[in-house]
Amino acid sequence: MKWQSLLASFAIGLIPAGAVHAAQADHVTASHAWIRLLPAKLPAAGYVTLQNAGSSAATLVSAHSAVYASVMLHESDVESGGMNGMHAVNQLAISATGKAMLAPAGYHLMLEQPDRVLKPGDKVEITLDFADRSHLPVQFAVRPANTADPN
Amino acid sequence: MKLSHLARLAALSMLIVASSWLSACHQSESTPWQLTDISGHMPDLSFRLTDDQGKTVTAADYRGKVALLYFGYTHCPDVCPLTLAQLHVVLQKLGPLADGVRILFVSVDPTRDTPAVLHDYVAAFDPRAVGLTGSPSDIEALTKRYRAAFTREPGKADGSYDVSHSSGIYVFDNTGKARLLATPTDPQDKLVHDLHLLLSPGHAP
Ligand SMILES: [Cu+2]
Repeated sequence: MKWQSLLASFAIGLIPAGAVHAAQADHVTASHAWIRLLPAKLPAAGYVTLQNAGSSAATLVSAHSAVYASVMLHESDVESGGMNGMHAVNQLAISATGKAMLAPAGYHLMLEQPDRVLKPGDKVEITLDFADRSHLPVQFAVRPANTADPN
Repeated sequence: MKLSHLARLAALSMLIVASSWLSACHQSESTPWQLTDISGHMPDLSFRLTDDQGKTVTAADYRGKVALLYFGYTHCPDVCPLTLAQLHVVLQKLGPLADGVRILFVSVDPTRDTPAVLHDYVAAFDPRAVGLTGSPSDIEALTKRYRAAFTREPGKADGSYDVSHSSGIYVFDNTGKARLLATPTDPQDKLVHDLHLLLSPGHAP
């Protein structure tokens, strides 16, 4: 009886695969999460430091938020004295026991179309999605546009 | 005893001669600037654009101020705001001297960057920052004048687009002469040092 219900739970997906093998998101801790707020509803950038305590890589593949209609993983291309632009990044691997930094002039979350006008001091939850479909919700602190060193 | 004293004196005087020779050499070959010196290699500041109050302005309106010219656009969420935030910190470090400086943020996206949009944008960074926009041809002419470039990237599904652009910060003295070039990756202290020199009364080497 007991076994049967367990099997049934698996079958209808009540117990996610992540419950058997620890999910990537479970090993990742986020710190220094902040958003550089720009006026009106201009696109903003989100930054965060991700530490992977796991013994295998965790791969960030996307992110989403109830506040922003569009959240994309981007990387800026900065050549000293040259052109700068940015491009979308499909995935960002955080190696086993390694660290990944989303920081100004590098990787960032491109945040577009907020559902409200935010102000410094607000908190915005953004959920990071990993390759194994595990998720890590992170609270981002909204900071003023001219923040130079947030930490 | 006397001999060793003499030898020490001789050694000391040699050291003095050597060091003064070295410093003389250093004086003649190095510049006082920590950033790239572009004096004589770039034309004077000249433009006719619309400022973030909607007023037509020319470079002459900023004579008497040291101008920091930077090309960017407001829909740029990462590098442009980082650069402006860093310039804000540089001006803070200059204290009252910063009143003699204007940040001229020229939009390479004049279609979206109206004076009103630019006004809110630059005000979020520093009271000494001015947003400038104009016709696409005026903007292009100004970027070409300083051998800067920008490219509008292919549009996305929602109609938005990015603009790749040169990241240099051009420094003009208070007579409008091009003097220095900084990049966003240069340490802030270099800009602080050189602006200090440019702004010090009677000292414009
Ligand atoms: Cu981006």
